[in-house]
Amino acid sequence: MPLDKADVEKIAHLARLAVSEEALEGVAGDLSNILDLVEQMGAADTSGVEPMAHPLHMAQRLRPDAVTETDLRDRFQSIAPQTEDGLYLVPRVVE
Amino acid sequence: MQWETVIGLEIHTQLATKSKIFSGASTEFGKAPNTQACAVDLGLPGVLPVLNREAVAMAVKFGTAIQAALGRRSVFARKNYFYPDLPKGYQISQYELPIVGLGQVEIVLDDGTVKTIGVTRAHLEEDAGKSLHEDYHGMTGIDLNRAGTPLLEIVSEPDMRSAKDAVAYAKKIHQIVRYLGISDGNMQEGSFRMDANISVRPQGQEKFGTRAELKNLNSFRFLEKAIHFEVERQIDRIESGGEVVQETRLYDAHKDETRSMRTKEEANDYRYFPDPDLLPVEIDDAFIADATADMPELPDAKRHRFVEQYGLSELDAAQLTASRALAGYFETAADKAGEPKLAANWVTGDLAGALNKDGLEITESPISADQLGGLILRIKDNTISGKIAKQVFEAIWNGEGDADQVIEAKGLKQITDTGAIEKIVDEVIADNPEQVENYRNAEEKKKGKMLGFFVGQIMKASKGKANPQQVNELLKQKLG
Repeated sequence: MPLDKADVEKIAHLARLAVSEEALEGVAGDLSNILDLVEQMGAADTSGVEPMAHPLHMAQRLRPDAVTETDLRDRFQSIAPQTEDGLYLVPRVVE
Repeated sequence: MQWETVIGLEIHTQLATKSKIFSGASTEFGKAPNTQACAVDLGLPGVLPVLNREAVAMAVKFGTAIQAALGRRSVFARKNYFYPDLPKGYQISQYELPIVGLGQVEIVLDDGTVKTIGVTRAHLEEDAGKSLHEDYHGMTGIDLNRAGTPLLEIVSEPDMRSAKDAVAYAKKIHQIVRYLGISDGNMQEGSFRMDANISVRPQGQEKFGTRAELKNLNSFRFLEKAIHFEVERQIDRIESGGEVVQETRLYDAHKDETRSMRTKEEANDYRYFPDPDLLPVEIDDAFIADATADMPELPDAKRHRFVEQYGLSELDAAQLTASRALAGYFETAADKAGEPKLAANWVTGDLAGALNKDGLEITESPISADQLGGLILRIKDNTISGKIAKQVFEAIWNGEGDADQVIEAKGLKQITDTGAIEKIVDEVIADNPEQVENYRNAEEKKKGKMLGFFVGQIMKASKGKANPQQVNELLKQKLG
């Protein structure tokens, strides 16, 4: 399944990755090769095989509804680039 | 051309758990920013989400209430997008295998007809944080206390054909989640948020028109107004030769209009995939039995019972079952007084009016159900008239004690002693010779109306305490 430059641009944007114009061609080739590799699995006969959501044959464990966490804001915010009034500050997002 | 409106709703309702859906942080509203956002909610490296049992049980309750097929095996998926209030870069949601499958609810329209609205699915997911766009030196402030709060997203079929349908459906879902106690439904605090998918098509056409999605409507009134505006906009557009574009729009309550959100096309490319941090959720019969063991009587069942048991009208019954608290209040008052219809009138009339005036909920009523029942009891046994009762009601409302205390303290007991009433009647007749003359000379059919003057004077003289039936009888006797 070959990807072209436009596909790579779109995927890069969705992942918020900066891929330079010169690199696009190469990345498209690399990604296409990976997809080709995965594509080989299409040869396996999967009729009658249920789609898998997780490799472990177990069900999700549930925890009781209880508050167990304490307020560690100061410690979390000590590694944040910028905070004010207890808020994390980020570059302005305009809707 | 005749146009038909087609509406589907997506409702996000916050589940009333103590802790978050995947972490042990508190969900309490209104706390200082980020004091309830733990490492899991912040998406720090190395953390693992663990699912809250109660959130699953609440979803099962809802599914059971709308007679839905429950997803015995449901799968959490990652919905990928970037926004600063979503620390992980994805929201944990459910996609292909939701916990609640196809169900249905009934809505009662104004003309009394019942309409069934399909519920496509309901799935569990986590809420995002909040962005504060006020001035932080040109930056945006992020509060992640809400991040990870459990939501049940309830998706309807496109079964609604008018704004009224949509409001009735939304109110029904709101009523159900509150009855079940799985959400406080508090709209001001964002516990119940609605998105509406709206399209129009020529009457009779099978194919749906192109839809627009209205986001984040947080009141029933806005839902109704936003739909009205949007339907007009789409029809105008088509009739003037344009087309409706599939897009997300925001409703501006101040301007009463919807406008396009400048979202890029790829914003809708969420690239869902099963979350490898979470195993499939399996629920068995025992879990369902346990979750639904304490299900309360649901709104429709209660409404039917009120009609049967208390002889109320459908309208009164529907009004009184709007919430469990209100229904409970009514039942307590009605049982105490032994007068369900009178109790219904007081609860939906004077009480509702007074609560509304002061912006109070039924749970905050200064008059308890027991006190209202006591007041109605005194109307029933003729201790006071209906008119005086309003005065007593006001006194109880103002904290002057219960009905008997107020009646005693203010001397409001109805005068039923014929002698005492007769005395007042005689005085009024003696004081108004001219009116008496007019009355006696009047045509028979006009007399009824003219009698009102005398009744009014007598009630005034007795400070409203004379028994109205006795006054009427005595007057007719004496005026001839």
